[in-house]
Amino acid sequence: MSGEPKLERIAKGNALALCATGTWTASFAPVLERMVADAEKLAGGPQSIFIDVSEVAKLDTFGAWLIERLRRSLTQGPIEAQIAGLSANYSSLVDEVRRVRATPVVETSTITITGMLDQIGRTVAGLAGTVAGLVDMLGAVLAAGGRVLIHPRSFRLTSTVHHMEQVCWRAVPIIVLITFLIGCIIAQQGIFHFRRFGADIFVVDMLGVLVLREIGVLLVAIMVAGRSGSAYTAELGSMKMREEIDALRTMGFDPIEVLVLPRMLALVLALPILAFLGAMAALYGGGLVAWLYGGVDPEAFLSRLRDAISIDHFIVGMVKAPVMAAVIGIVACVEGLAVQGSAESLGQHTTASVVKGIFFVIVMDGVFAIFFASIGM
Amino acid sequence: MAGDIENPIIRVRDITVQFGATRVLDGLNLDVKRGEILGFVGPSGAGKSVLTRTIIGLVPKVAGSIEVFGVDLDASSTSQRRNVERRWGVLFQQGALFSSLTVRQNIQFPMREYLRVSQRLMDEITMAKLAMVGLKPEVAERFPSELSGGMIKRVALARALSLDPDLVFLDEPTSGLDPIGAGDFDELVRTLQRTLGLTVFMVTHDLDSLYTACDRIAVLGNGKIIAAGSIADMQASQHPWLRQYFHGKRARAVMS
Repeated sequence: MSGEPKLERIAKGNALALCATGTWTASFAPVLERMVADAEKLAGGPQSIFIDVSEVAKLDTFGAWLIERLRRSLTQGPIEAQIAGLSANYSSLVDEVRRVRATPVVETSTITITGMLDQIGRTVAGLAGTVAGLVDMLGAVLAAGGRVLIHPRSFRLTSTVHHMEQVCWRAVPIIVLITFLIGCIIAQQGIFHFRRFGADIFVVDMLGVLVLREIGVLLVAIMVAGRSGSAYTAELGSMKMREEIDALRTMGFDPIEVLVLPRMLALVLALPILAFLGAMAALYGGGLVAWLYGGVDPEAFLSRLRDAISIDHFIVGMVKAPVMAAVIGIVACVEGLAVQGSAESLGQHTTASVVKGIFFVIVMDGVFAIFFASIGM
Repeated sequence: MAGDIENPIIRVRDITVQFGATRVLDGLNLDVKRGEILGFVGPSGAGKSVLTRTIIGLVPKVAGSIEVFGVDLDASSTSQRRNVERRWGVLFQQGALFSSLTVRQNIQFPMREYLRVSQRLMDEITMAKLAMVGLKPEVAERFPSELSGGMIKRVALARALSLDPDLVFLDEPTSGLDPIGAGDFDELVRTLQRTLGLTVFMVTHDLDSLYTACDRIAVLGNGKIIAAGSIADMQASQHPWLRQYFHGKRARAVMS
């Protein structure tokens, strides 16, 4: 009895019977839809029409709905369409779909020029909101820090140590490796180009200043933003999604104090350490290349380095590190707590966290450059 | 249609599932007959969800065989397996709706993958499914994060039913619903089973569901099925856990 569904037209006196046969189920839905669309054209004819479903082998929601749709479109007009021969098994299913209202029109968003301008306007206006959010979080973190200073017992040492391990200790190998390679590359490029002027030895000056003042801390900060900033956002974001943060609040804990402060503190402590290790690795890599590729032996390298750089360069680099860490941490935590209920939102905020983190790190670096230039360091 | 004993829709033979050193299922056998609603009970942590997840292929088993619709899932080709997957629907305990899609898109997701039908038909069927699970059409454009727990269950059921499957797995469908909502849900499962000729495999803790919705009950304990049969068989059983479960305070309250 089962098989390809059919809808035959049989004239019975002055009435027209539409005889449905075969399997009216989801697997045949495309065929059924076409047949029903064809039969719907009979609407408005002079004959009275009834739909005979006694020969239907199998019926599911798709089939039942299509029969009901056919009945409805044939009914529009002077004649009433009827469904005949419905077996008891399926009558409840047909009753069920009969209660369904016609589909409301689904509005689709179209891209228009005003829509795009609207979007741009909202984004620009949103920038002020972003900055306000960051300042807000900075204030909240400082307030939480103040409370912890007054009640040192509420400080979460275990959590802080745990995050130190995650963002500092576990980051050491990759940070050292990458800064080492960058040091090698800077030295190689320096030697390659300076050699034409016979100024090989000045590569040591360039390497020392660049690494200690800029590259060491900037590169490490960017890597930390990608590595730990994203992790913070994802952690806080999924906690937000699963209402864990609300749970903390209802138990009388301040999420800033419990979740954000230990993370911020870990990051602020970790970044100077990583920046220092990174700078040393870069200098070592540069020295190695200078020796093996440029023929500057280690003693000459070290004595030149001692002349070329002063403690100021080192201080300039190190002073920037905790500030950049704070910026990365605040951006990551703000984004994490802004996550809404969906997985997509988590992805968007994690991306935003890394992008904004890196952006603000570079902006801060520029601000520091102006500052140190004007105080003559 | 019901009671086809020769051809069970699910045939589970001697399956063993192990996590590390703990053996969760130990040589378990189970048949689910076509057209029945099987209630699956057992103490928390006995492995009810594990069995469900093993049958649908989310948890690897150490030994044994599983046949669904007469297809051995281990020996089947990819296309055979797809075919089987197309004919079953799964309602996960937490709903597992796609959080970045609206209710409408969630329900249409399987249709879009498996059927080549017009957007209009998909929209209409979606409305029919929503009405079937007792939700208003306005819900269609909401995101899962904007739904209540009960609504999530209903939408998840609508998604599980979206391709009109022959078999549905329900993992604790009534947990987290208010008693009236849970009662409605049982009634709904009954109605759908009658109208669509479904076979239902329902993991549950809810005594009401067992009394009102289920044709047959299987009890899991120590990694095996310790009893299977009608509610009367369960009440007559002398097994200590069953006695406690079906003759405890709550059970008496439900029966009275």
